[in-house]
Formats: sequence, C-alpha cells, structure tokens
Amino acid sequence: MKKNKPCGNAPEGNEPEDNSRRNFLKQSSLLTAIALIPGVAVKAAEGHFDEKVAAVFEKVPVSIEINGKAHKLSVEPRTTLLDLLREQLDLTGTKKGCDYGQCGACTVHVNGKRVNSCLTLAVMTHGKKVTTIEGLANGDQLHPMQEAFIKHDGFQCGYCTPGQIMSAVACVREGHANSEAEIREYMSGNICRCGAYPNIVNAIMEVKEGGQQV
Amino acid sequence: MKQFQYVRPTSQQSVIDALTKPGTKIIAGGSNLVDLMKHGVMSPDKLVDINKLPLRDISSIMGNVRTIAIGALALNSQVAEHAMIKERLPLLSQALNAGASAQLRNMATVGGNLMQRTRCPYFYDTALPCNKRNPGSGCGALEGFNRMHAIFGQSEKCIAVHPSDMAVALAALDATVEVVGKKGRRYIAFKDFHRLPGDHPELDNTLAKDELITNVIVPENNFAKNSYYLKVRDRASYAFALVSAAVALDIDNGRIQDARIAMGGVAHKPWRFYEVEKALKGKPASTETFEQIGELAMQGAKAYKENAFKLKLTPATLVEALKHAARIA
Ligand SMILES: Cc1cc2nc3c(=O)[nH]c(=O)nc-3n(C[C@H](O)[C@H](O)[C@H](O)COP(=O)(O)OP(=O)(O)OC[C@H]3O[C@@H](n4cnc5c(N)ncnc54)[C@H](O)[C@@H]3O)c2cc1C
Ligand code: FES
Ligand code: FES
Repeated sequence: MKKNKPCGNAPEGNEPEDNSRRNFLKQSSLLTAIALIPGVAVKAAEGHFDEKVAAVFEKVPVSIEINGKAHKLSVEPRTTLLDLLREQLDLTGTKKGCDYGQCGACTVHVNGKRVNSCLTLAVMTHGKKVTTIEGLANGDQLHPMQEAFIKHDGFQCGYCTPGQIMSAVACVREGHANSEAEIREYMSGNICRCGAYPNIVNAIMEVKEGGQQV
Repeated sequence: MKQFQYVRPTSQQSVIDALTKPGTKIIAGGSNLVDLMKHGVMSPDKLVDINKLPLRDISSIMGNVRTIAIGALALNSQVAEHAMIKERLPLLSQALNAGASAQLRNMATVGGNLMQRTRCPYFYDTALPCNKRNPGSGCGALEGFNRMHAIFGQSEKCIAVHPSDMAVALAALDATVEVVGKKGRRYIAFKDFHRLPGDHPELDNTLAKDELITNVIVPENNFAKNSYYLKVRDRASYAFALVSAAVALDIDNGRIQDARIAMGGVAHKPWRFYEVEKALKGKPASTETFEQIGELAMQGAKAYKENAFKLKLTPATLVEALKHAARIA
C-alpha cells in the first residue's frame, strides 16, 4: 500500500457525540504527533493545539465491541477492519487471503451479518458489534460448528477455516442450509484451495440437521 | 492505500455540499470503492460515508402507477430476501442472488451496485493503458485480453462491460433512479442512467458530480409469474457474468402479451433488446418462437479476438432464459 499524502480528519460534526470525539482524538493524537514531528511544530502543539498539525496526524476515534468486549480505539480512516483485528488487536484468527474480497478468509460478523473484513473500513464499524472466530467458542466449549468441522475433517491446511466457520454459522442462521446445493451456493464466498468442500458441506449439514442453537 | 479524510454526515444537504469539492467520493458498503482504492485505481482525498442517511427502506407506493421504492442504502441481501420483492419482483431478487457472495451482498448497497466500476483488467492495472481510468492513454483491451468484453455498443475508445447483475434486472423492469443534488431532486429513466462509452468512457453514467442516488423506483408489472435471470459464468457461483439475461414475460393463454429483455456482460451498460421484445408480442410462448429470435437479437454485434464465443453464447443464453421464464425449459 502506498503511504503518501498524510491527512485525515475526524468525522463531520452534526452527530451529537462528535465534539467529545474530537477532543478525545486531539488528546490521543497529540502524543503521536509530538513523537513524530519536528521541534517547531511541537512547540505549537504544546502551546495551544495547532489545527494544522492535528489535521496531519489525526486518527479517528472509534468504539467497537469485539467478541463482547468494548474497545475504544484510534484508527487511520484507511485501516481495514481486518488489519485492525490482526495488527492492532492481535486477533490473528481472522485470515488475510486475497485482501480484495475474492476469497472469504477474512469473514467476520458485524452486527450479526457476515462480511469481508478486508473490504470493510474499521471507522465504518464504529458503534457496531464484531464477532471473530476467537469469539465463537464459549470458554473451553467449542461452538457446534467448530466441533462439526473437526469431526468431518472440514479442512486440510486450515487457512480458510476461520472464514469458512464464520460463514457457515451465518449460513445456518440465515436459513440457507436446507440442502447440499443451497449450502454450496451460499458458501461460495469462501474459497478453499485444499478442496475440503465435501467435508465442509457435511459439517454444515450435520449442524443444521442437529437443530442445535448456533 | 492513500490517506484520506473521512466524514459521516447525517443530512443529505451536507453530503451534497461535501460532494461539490473535487476529490470527494461517497462510500456506502465500500465493497467496490475500497477494492479500487487498494489497487490505486481511485484515490479520493475525502470519503463521505452516507450510512447515517435514512435511505434503507423498501416500500410499496400507491399512485397512478403502483411502484416499489428501494432505498439507495438497502443492502443487496436485504432486497434479495425481502418478501415483497420476492413476490412481486422475483427477477430482481434472482439477479441479486446471482451476484458476488453472501458476504459481499451483506455489504453491497443498491446505490453502490449501480455505481460499481467495470472489472476490465486494464482498468484495474494502473501500469496499463485504459481510457476509462486515464482518458487518452488508449484501450488496452481492444487488441489485448478481451475475453470478458463487450459485443454491443462499444467504441474504439473502450470495450469494457458493466459488471452488475442487479442493474440488468432493473433495466428489464424499467426502473427509475431518483437522485438529489445541488439543483434538487430529479428522476433518471434506467435506460438513460448508464452510458455507452463513445468518446468519454471515463463517464459510466449520467449522475452529476454533486448528486447522490436516493432511491430506485420500480413500477409494478405483470411479469412476476414469468420472469427469469440466467447467468453464465466460469464457475457455478461467485464469478462475474460472461453473459447474463434478465427476461420478463406477460403471458396470457399461451400468448406473449408483453416482453422485457436485458442482458449483462455484453455492453458498457445493461443492454435492452427492444426489437426482440416487439417481435415477441402476440406470439405463442413456445420453444419455436424463442429459437427464431436469436438472429434478430444479434444484429449489430461485433466481437474481438477472445470474445467471439459470446456471439453464440449470447443468443443461446437468451433463448434458454426465455424458455425458463415461459416455464417450458
Ligand atoms: C470479489 C467480488 C465479486 C463480485 N461479484 C459480483 C457479481 O457477480 N455481480 C455483481 O453485480 N457485483 C459483484 N460484485 C460487486 C458488488 O456488487 C459491488 O462491489 C457492490 O454492489 C458495490 O456496492 P457498495 O455499496 O459496496 O458500493 P461502494 O464500494 O461503497 O461504492 C461504489 C461506488 O458507488 C458510489 N456510490 C455508492 N452509493 C452511492 C449513492 N447512494 N449515490 C451515488 N454514488 C454512490 C461510490 O462513490 C463508489 O464510487 C463483486 C465484488 C467483489 C469484490
Ligand atoms: S482476504 Fe478478504 S476476501 Fe480474501
Ligand atoms: S483447508 Fe487449506 S485452504 Fe481450505
């Protein structure tokens, strides 16, 4: 990714929370700004906060609930949800396959809906609930879909698996797991280079037919 | 990806105001724009996130003509699964479900789908010539890799196709696009929304820079019983169309009262077959009738080195879709 043209402002101000957000952001980015900018600008920043400096270094504050835990974060607008999870939060269960929406390895749930986190800007999940593969199990008790993938050998190398499982859970919840053909169609957004498809379909069929709460 | 500013206005007016500044782009689902920004094909200075605008509703509107209004921010999955859409506009539901993947349909909005850019590989690769991305640089596809490209309505400047499935169904259903800009609200007939490339392939459509799409309006019709979307692609799912056909018939007592036909993967915009529609009127809805219109449909088609197969695939797909719509497949 090219890194030039630094800029980036806080979201526009007609949302009620915007003022406080802007302040939060000024404070949090001040530290970063001071760490990175030459002496002259530091003085300006120390005296009273210089808007121009802020505009250069500002990140956008976001609140996201991830796997049940509230996070207050500061992100560049260009950061994808996938990169936020993996690089900033060490939630590396979510995989980067293609980074262009073409493979499904990065599938997570946002407000209960499965999406490709590689094409989702993190700022746009502000105020939302995100569930990743790390949030699926209940303590030490695996989610039924995780159990079924193990039982049916729904993977070989395992790289696509977190995305497959997140997608599979959504597929059952959406009511799109009523036949093998339907499962194949609604799971087509998850590519498996190892070709574990028949076993993945079997795992999903079993969970669906088991009628357990997913 | 280049840095950019990000704003999230809550009023239509602030969106329009923001759009008057050059370098500003709307972001809705982001599934096309973020992709293009990662590739360096688009590099806006500022993104205007319109997700706070109340444009998600799908509603039935009574008037001289009953219509269904679909908000620009309605998700592709939401529209495809909507009970009223499935019942009254099944063609639209089918076309949406034929597009992308379940995940992407949860991100993609109706407005974004209409505005998505071509998947031509020369448009995507910033090292190669493309008049659409970089006017005046030439069309790499003309004599290059052109398997996915247009056979109708193309120009020497550009032979790219529009990639949307949803738009093909909306073209067949004579939808109207409601837009709002500095000069107020206006309505664009679907056939006038997307453009042919001509001398300005950089312009995909007729939306002005300061305008945003607010609704797509579809008139109710008698096609629900006999419509079909058929998409032919390189794999069974999760691939763009080689060619696709949206067909809507009004059949009474075995005779075709009215017909609407649009195809995807064949032109710079969803391609309507007005002559074929006329020719079908009054004819029996039979395999014979359908197999006769193939030649008429292909008048004016022109292929390139790698996409000559579309000259056969296009009428074959059309005939097959017509048979499905008439329930004789
Ligand atoms: C791997 C992959 C496969 C795909 N396969 C298919 C397929 O088979 N068939 C298909 O049809 N599509 C397919 N798509 C494309 C997908 O349908 C589009 O990406 C999606 O519809 C875009 O909607 P969005 O809301 O995410 O748009 P965004 O990415 O947010 O925006 C796209 C463009 O629309 C503009 N825009 C958005 N909303 C408005 C508005 N209300 N008014 C004015 N301008 C607006 C934006 O400024 C931007 O230029 C695929 C995409 C991917 C990544
Ligand atoms: S990494 Fe997101 S779809 Fe491949
Ligand atoms: S298990 Fe290897 S890619 Fe699916």
